[in-house]
Amino acid sequence: MNSDKITKAVLLFSSLIILFVAGGILFSLVQGAIPAFKNFGLKFIFSNNWNPTEGKENYGALPFIAGTIITSVVALLISLPLSFSASLFLGEYFRGTKMAKVLGMMVDLLAGIPSIVYGLWGFYILRPVLIDLGLPNQGFGIFTASIILAIMIIPYATSLSTEIITMVPNELKEAAYSLGATKLEVITNVIVPTARSGIVAGYILSFGRALGETMAITMLIGNSNVIPNGLFSTGNTMASVIANQFGEAEGLKLSALIAVGLLLFLITGIINALGKFIIKKMA
Amino acid sequence: MSTIANKILTDNLKTRTLKNKAFKSLVVALSVITILPIILIIYKLIAKGIKQISFDFILKTPPDTFEAMTALTNGETIPGGIANGITGTLLMVILASVIAIPVGVVTGIYLYENPGKFLANLIRNVSDILQGVPSIVLGLIAYMWIVKPVTNGFSALAGSVSLSIMMLPMIVRSTEETLKMIPQTIKEAALALGVPYYKVIIRVLIPTSFSGLLTGILLGISRVLGETAPLMLTALGSTIINFNVSKPTSAIPLLIWEFYNDPNMVDLIWSSSLLLMAMVLTLNIMSKRIAARTK
Repeated sequence: MNSDKITKAVLLFSSLIILFVAGGILFSLVQGAIPAFKNFGLKFIFSNNWNPTEGKENYGALPFIAGTIITSVVALLISLPLSFSASLFLGEYFRGTKMAKVLGMMVDLLAGIPSIVYGLWGFYILRPVLIDLGLPNQGFGIFTASIILAIMIIPYATSLSTEIITMVPNELKEAAYSLGATKLEVITNVIVPTARSGIVAGYILSFGRALGETMAITMLIGNSNVIPNGLFSTGNTMASVIANQFGEAEGLKLSALIAVGLLLFLITGIINALGKFIIKKMA
Repeated sequence: MSTIANKILTDNLKTRTLKNKAFKSLVVALSVITILPIILIIYKLIAKGIKQISFDFILKTPPDTFEAMTALTNGETIPGGIANGITGTLLMVILASVIAIPVGVVTGIYLYENPGKFLANLIRNVSDILQGVPSIVLGLIAYMWIVKPVTNGFSALAGSVSLSIMMLPMIVRSTEETLKMIPQTIKEAALALGVPYYKVIIRVLIPTSFSGLLTGILLGISRVLGETAPLMLTALGSTIINFNVSKPTSAIPLLIWEFYNDPNMVDLIWSSSLLLMAMVLTLNIMSKRIAARTK
């Protein structure tokens, strides 16, 4: 009897570790960010001036918040038609066939490629192509980063929406077919409306993943600390500015970078919670 | 039915089937475009990377910039390899696994044993949120928790801690999901025999769900294997083979980043990337094989 109590206590204690880790992350980020917020107040979030020069130090994270959101939105828009087609291919048109198996495996492989390899591929293969197409800034910028980011989130978006599409009850689809509907009509009138909130949740979660991507973006976005003024402009995301400027950071600058990390943590947390909430409500 | 109405109906049907066919072609075409990048990337890595791969590449440390430049100007392949990166990656991933696997598996068992409890739900949600935390933020955390106060400088330990926080939620989730698939009767049979609870866990739950646990663990490892960003903030990198966890250590992704930034070493990035990707994909495929066999 006693050993059972000990076992239960051990289980409970070990599970609490994860709560301590999560709480500790939030606590440490807030604590590290305090000097930055003390110095600049809310201007840290709304100022677009990021200047690490000694004596004139000023840190405003707006360019990076804007850069993060713009690259992720553009990436989502690029990946949407591709990943949705792939999930229709896997979950409806060729469901259960050998072709679907091969395609599904290939899409899964995309998830296994390290971020830095995506960055290299974007730098050496994609960028020259884009330069030939007349992209400014030697091919660096929001657009290039977004294309790579789009490829990186395809596997997540595809597997999530495939799962939701295959969950649509067969009876509903058969009812529509029996009325003479074509496959396209079944997709637009039955599958998409039934699976809509799940598909949206899948894309929200993919968006959340795009927000925190670091290495590939750092290598392609051009790393300028200004608010991007267009699709082809250079910029920086919250993750890439941390990766870029952490090396020489101390004092106030370090605190500012930690504050950027805190903002990134909060934004991704909210987006992920939202996606998970919608999925839970469906199930 | 009048012939005119009939004609409208058949015309209508024609456009409908046409639309249907057009949409299907579009879906197939876009799906093919979706898998194009993976083919192009793997092709590029093999085409450019395979010629550098040799025993030296696995057993030696990288040359310095000058050696690489000399080799380049003489038209030879760059000497040396990425042994420091391979050992560093292994060291940090093993250490991260040692930290994350026990905690993750035990937490998963707790969630399985206490379904519906407030605390279990809280832990599950927190674990989900933790899984979404960007890796660079975990790098910052390990910097604040380990680099500054514990090892007094960049270290393999700090790198491992950031990687272990990444692995933890994945292992928790896969453990719980796997345990849920075990028939309750097996557990009840053991309990009916009067077996103590801890023995039920060690002798019944873990062995029956072993392949599922292994799948989750391998997937977790393959996810952290290619991580670069958190290691830049924690392990930093090193030119020598290092097994001291309190010292800066290299890793394959860190070396790729260094080669990328050094014009003389650029030739080495493809072979390093090829090796890294081969490792990640092998783990990936292994875990899927195990998962498929147990289903």
